[in-house]
Amino acid sequence: MNNTDLLNLIDITVSFEGFLALNKLNLNLKKGELRAVIGPNGAGKTTFLDVITGKVKPTNGEVIFKGKSLVGRKEHKIARLGVGRKFQSPRIFENLTVKENLEISVTTPKNPLNLINKSIKDEQLIEIDRLMKIVNLAQKVDSKAGSLSHGQKQWLEIAMLVGQKPDLMLVDEPVAGLTDEETDLTADLLKSLSGENTVVVIDHDMEFIRRLDSNVSVLNQGTVLCEGTMETIQKDKKVIDVYLGRPED
Amino acid sequence: MSLSKIQFDKKIVLSFWIILIALIIAAPTILPVFRLNLLGRYLSLSIVALGVDLIWGYTGLLSLGQGIFFALGGYCAAMYLQITSSTEFPNNIPEFFALYGVEKLPFFWEPFRSPVFTFFAIWIIPALVAGLIGYLVFRNRIKGVYFSILTQASLLVFFNFFNGQQKLINGTNGLKTDVTQLFGQMVGSESMQRIFFWITAILVIAAWFFAKWVVKGRFGNILIGIRDDEPRVRFTGYNPVIFKTIIFSIAGGLAGISGALYTVQSGIVSPQFMTVPFSIEMVIWVAVGGRGTLLGAILGAVFINYAKSLVSEALPASWMFIQGGLFILVVTALPEGVLGWIQGNGPRNLLQRFGMKRKIETYPSLEVNNKEGNNE
Repeated sequence: MNNTDLLNLIDITVSFEGFLALNKLNLNLKKGELRAVIGPNGAGKTTFLDVITGKVKPTNGEVIFKGKSLVGRKEHKIARLGVGRKFQSPRIFENLTVKENLEISVTTPKNPLNLINKSIKDEQLIEIDRLMKIVNLAQKVDSKAGSLSHGQKQWLEIAMLVGQKPDLMLVDEPVAGLTDEETDLTADLLKSLSGENTVVVIDHDMEFIRRLDSNVSVLNQGTVLCEGTMETIQKDKKVIDVYLGRPED
Repeated sequence: MSLSKIQFDKKIVLSFWIILIALIIAAPTILPVFRLNLLGRYLSLSIVALGVDLIWGYTGLLSLGQGIFFALGGYCAAMYLQITSSTEFPNNIPEFFALYGVEKLPFFWEPFRSPVFTFFAIWIIPALVAGLIGYLVFRNRIKGVYFSILTQASLLVFFNFFNGQQKLINGTNGLKTDVTQLFGQMVGSESMQRIFFWITAILVIAAWFFAKWVVKGRFGNILIGIRDDEPRVRFTGYNPVIFKTIIFSIAGGLAGISGALYTVQSGIVSPQFMTVPFSIEMVIWVAVGGRGTLLGAILGAVFINYAKSLVSEALPASWMFIQGGLFILVVTALPEGVLGWIQGNGPRNLLQRFGMKRKIETYPSLEVNNKEGNNE
């Protein structure tokens, strides 16, 4: 642990009535890093995000973000500290328009008085325009988010995530159900976001992970099995055994 | 949503408003006092329905306990009237106290000697009680059907408590207002009832503007967000507990105003306002009128209640069946309610089913693309 780290997970254990979803998991993230997290089903990938975002309280261990402990804080407080999350299936507000969805994400401060009294700030409107251009939704401003295609929903949610201006973006399976072209565009988008932001991407799609060209952490049975570049982990014997599979003999 | 659809919606809402306001203005001249008084009562019920629409239609909180706040508003108004009209009774306190040997006004009723205090108490007390109940429930993340059960249980607690408190509020008999005096006039008199009708009509419109103001813009969008996906709202950095508490409190305040207006026009407030069926009826009005439309809540409350009184006069035992049937019809055939059905092009689709012609409609996004295509 050193002071360039944005996030440290220290010995995180999560036990669901005896079942260890996470088992002494340790993971450190540097500022500006792009990190891919992979692992077989049930390895604890989503629980790992739940712990950081406050949805699940770890049975043991410590989560340090920007030098502060996140354990025991409420979800919205953690979000305000600068942790943003994109969910596995697109979670957008389908009955609101694209613009209204983005307004919800860029608005600050996020208290009722500000929302009911004041109209949205000009710089936030500019930010919304910028986001809609990035994700190619400018023509859909006033369409109900529910009428978007699956790919557009994924992108809208990514735009909402960026609009929150989080220091740490947690992105859960952003390319599930996307076409190859959309997958490539998403990979480029996430790469362009890192550097300024710290991004954690969880996914199964190996092609997509390779394209991210980042450090990879492999989770298995609730703990980090191996960390390194795509090349290193592909050669790692343990990883091959549990996840990548041996080439057919 | 395409532009023409929005304009279409506006036209519908506007035309309903014109009809409603025309009816309100014409009512005192066309209707006999008895009917006018009924209409006034039902208009006052539409204010509690607006609150139900805010919490249920917009925020997804199905409260079956709005009768609590409705009755609280009614009791505040009725006790003020009783106290001001009790100058000729011993100790200057309402007559019923003597029946139970109470010689001094219970301390918490003392402030109700003041009309100003009462004016604020009618909506602030129910709003505070709603805010407190709401905060405790929402903080513990009780939602969905558990929230509904909890509100209904609270209603029963209040009902039983009020029923048993003869020495404080005349228990099951309730407080009568029709023979009390306000500004030197009998509250139950024809001229006073006409005034109450106008006050009610104005307050319904004011309440609608207020509710509209609450749900427009980002605050309302957060409410819709909470209804559709509360965890997502939380992970975006908003605290849903505060938003839900505020809106539940607003609905409580509206219920209080509604209850006070209903009380002075029906002549009595009693624990009967806190029975389970009455609070469920409030939900039915909104469901039938159209959830999340505000105007639907007003129309639902007025028309269902008016229908109820007409049907009950003609066929006394049949209303419950009709009301039940109406609810089943809405749940199965018109899940968006009548107004939601009209706004969703329901009538046109129905005509088409019977073989009538219909304008060809394009999917909203195609419409946008077409326009651009024409420019090229």
